[in-house]
Amino acid sequence: MTHVLDPGTLAAGTRPGPGPGTAFDDVTRSDAALRAFLHGLPGVDQVGAEQRAATLGTRSIKTTAKAWAIDTAISMVDLTTLEGADTPGRVRSLAAKARRPDPTDPTAPSVAAVCVYGDLAGVAKEALADTGIHVAAVATAFPSGRASREVKLADVRDAVANGADEIDMVIDRGAFLAGRYLEVFEEVVAVKEACTRPDGTGSAHLKVILETGELVTYDNARRASWLAMLAGADFIKTSTGKVSPAATLPVCLVMLEAVRDFRAATGTQVGVKPAGGIRTTKDAVKHLVLVNETVGADWLSPDWFRLGASSLLNDLLLQRQKLRTGHYSGPDHVSVD
Amino acid sequence: MSDRLAVRKTFKLYLGGAFPRSESGRTYAVTDARGVFLANAAWASRKDARDAVVAARGAFGTWSGATAYNRGQVLYRVAEVMEGRHAQFCEEVAAGEGLSAGRARAVVDAAVDRWVWYAGWTDKLASVLGSANPVAGPFFGFSTPEPTGVVAVLAPQRSSLLGLVSVLAPVLACGNTAVVVTSRDRPLPAVTLGEVLATSDVPGGVVNLLTGDAGEIGPWLAEHDDVDAIDLTGAPPAQAMELERLAAGSIKRVLRPPAEEPDWSADPGLSRMTPFLETKTVWHPKGV
Repeated sequence: MTHVLDPGTLAAGTRPGPGPGTAFDDVTRSDAALRAFLHGLPGVDQVGAEQRAATLGTRSIKTTAKAWAIDTAISMVDLTTLEGADTPGRVRSLAAKARRPDPTDPTAPSVAAVCVYGDLAGVAKEALADTGIHVAAVATAFPSGRASREVKLADVRDAVANGADEIDMVIDRGAFLAGRYLEVFEEVVAVKEACTRPDGTGSAHLKVILETGELVTYDNARRASWLAMLAGADFIKTSTGKVSPAATLPVCLVMLEAVRDFRAATGTQVGVKPAGGIRTTKDAVKHLVLVNETVGADWLSPDWFRLGASSLLNDLLLQRQKLRTGHYSGPDHVSVD
Repeated sequence: MSDRLAVRKTFKLYLGGAFPRSESGRTYAVTDARGVFLANAAWASRKDARDAVVAARGAFGTWSGATAYNRGQVLYRVAEVMEGRHAQFCEEVAAGEGLSAGRARAVVDAAVDRWVWYAGWTDKLASVLGSANPVAGPFFGFSTPEPTGVVAVLAPQRSSLLGLVSVLAPVLACGNTAVVVTSRDRPLPAVTLGEVLATSDVPGGVVNLLTGDAGEIGPWLAEHDDVDAIDLTGAPPAQAMELERLAAGSIKRVLRPPAEEPDWSADPGLSRMTPFLETKTVWHPKGV
């Protein structure tokens, strides 16, 4: 597999890593340069990507490997509630579930993070204090991203001030599709800056949602991935979960290839988070296979790969109970979200 | 005779309103009573049973929530469509059970009549089995029968149509959804019944028909936490007690198998409906 950019061709002495002062300084110099770079990325072979994802999806994962995959998937879940009807009580019950997904079995791992709207980040933070479980907050006028930059940045600062450890921002798909790439880039950079905590204790992790369902093509998904990584994203995320299609295996494959090539070119590792539409254990295991076969075991950790989901966790727990007890479990044996 | 090529059939399962192949990809040959090949049938696996339970659970809300009158209408419609397939059922029953044409016709007639009989029961159960209870206080106390939930049915091994209808129709009339493991050696009438159900107004998932071995799938259904009741009529006799023991782990309703497969032409009474009904009692203050 050829890499998009050969690290050997980078000018000697340039510091690896995204952002100002890096090897990719010049491609973000102007709108024209960025467009030339993004459009210069090799096109995605649509049929090939879909075929590859479908082939990897047929792998049979059984017994001990399945038990490992289920526990790994649980530890990668960003347990999400993004409803207009969210209440502090609901967020607290979700936080309890995040800590102990299966109250009947203390060996079940806890999830990676709880993902909520920014105004409820404080409630989640309080409920998850001293657990190591992160609080992720969606921001920047989620899910549409249709607001002025001041409003978006205020949204981010508010969520960070409420205690969010991770910020899930949406890119401006309108600007991206209209070809105003630099505008999108600058917005991500500005949001990255706004993620800095006011008390000087570092910065919230930035996940950039590409909303691939609205970007339409795999080529656009690859370009948006690169754009987000160049702007300093810590994670690239497929979707808001509010648009269909959300996370599909082929688009996840394209994004995984992008982070692999980006690390090869810059030395910086970026995480990937498919979100939306992953409902069954089988789907989750397919994604893990895809990660292992595309970018390798380096990404098989909650620090580098997450699954944005709500109903997935219950299915993982049912399968876990099936493996443990030897008989099929039912929805009466997991909590109703 | 014409020299037309025979259309060899490989039947599939009826699961969630669709006709999928077995997840396992397995099939087995079905022969008539004298051992002559009839068709291939899908050989259901435990994962088909699991999928069937998910489908049945998904359909339970709609089916149990429908009015008793509406359920009766839908079941009556099934009998209408069965009647339209009368000749096909006769042929399959005659071949599978080794009956004469006249005897097979009588069995199919009885099966359709049995279905109509149960269709009539849907809106009468509450009156017959429910009650307004005399209570010592200023309250009304009402008891009403409610469906148990997802019922696994191991259908009779010998009587492939009348027996199947006699165990399936009462489960549906009560408002339950069913996962049926058909007769292993005589599955064809069940396959045709699946086609009847798919073309009548029964919502997908209310009935799921798995052709295969009750001895293989039975334990998985008996142990399944999301199955609320199990009818062991068609279980292998040696396995029945073990199945009952497995079912105890999730406190299922269990309908024990008769010592011998009964004469299905006898009047069933309410004996096959009451096991799959729960009694709900509501207290309500008077004068409010």
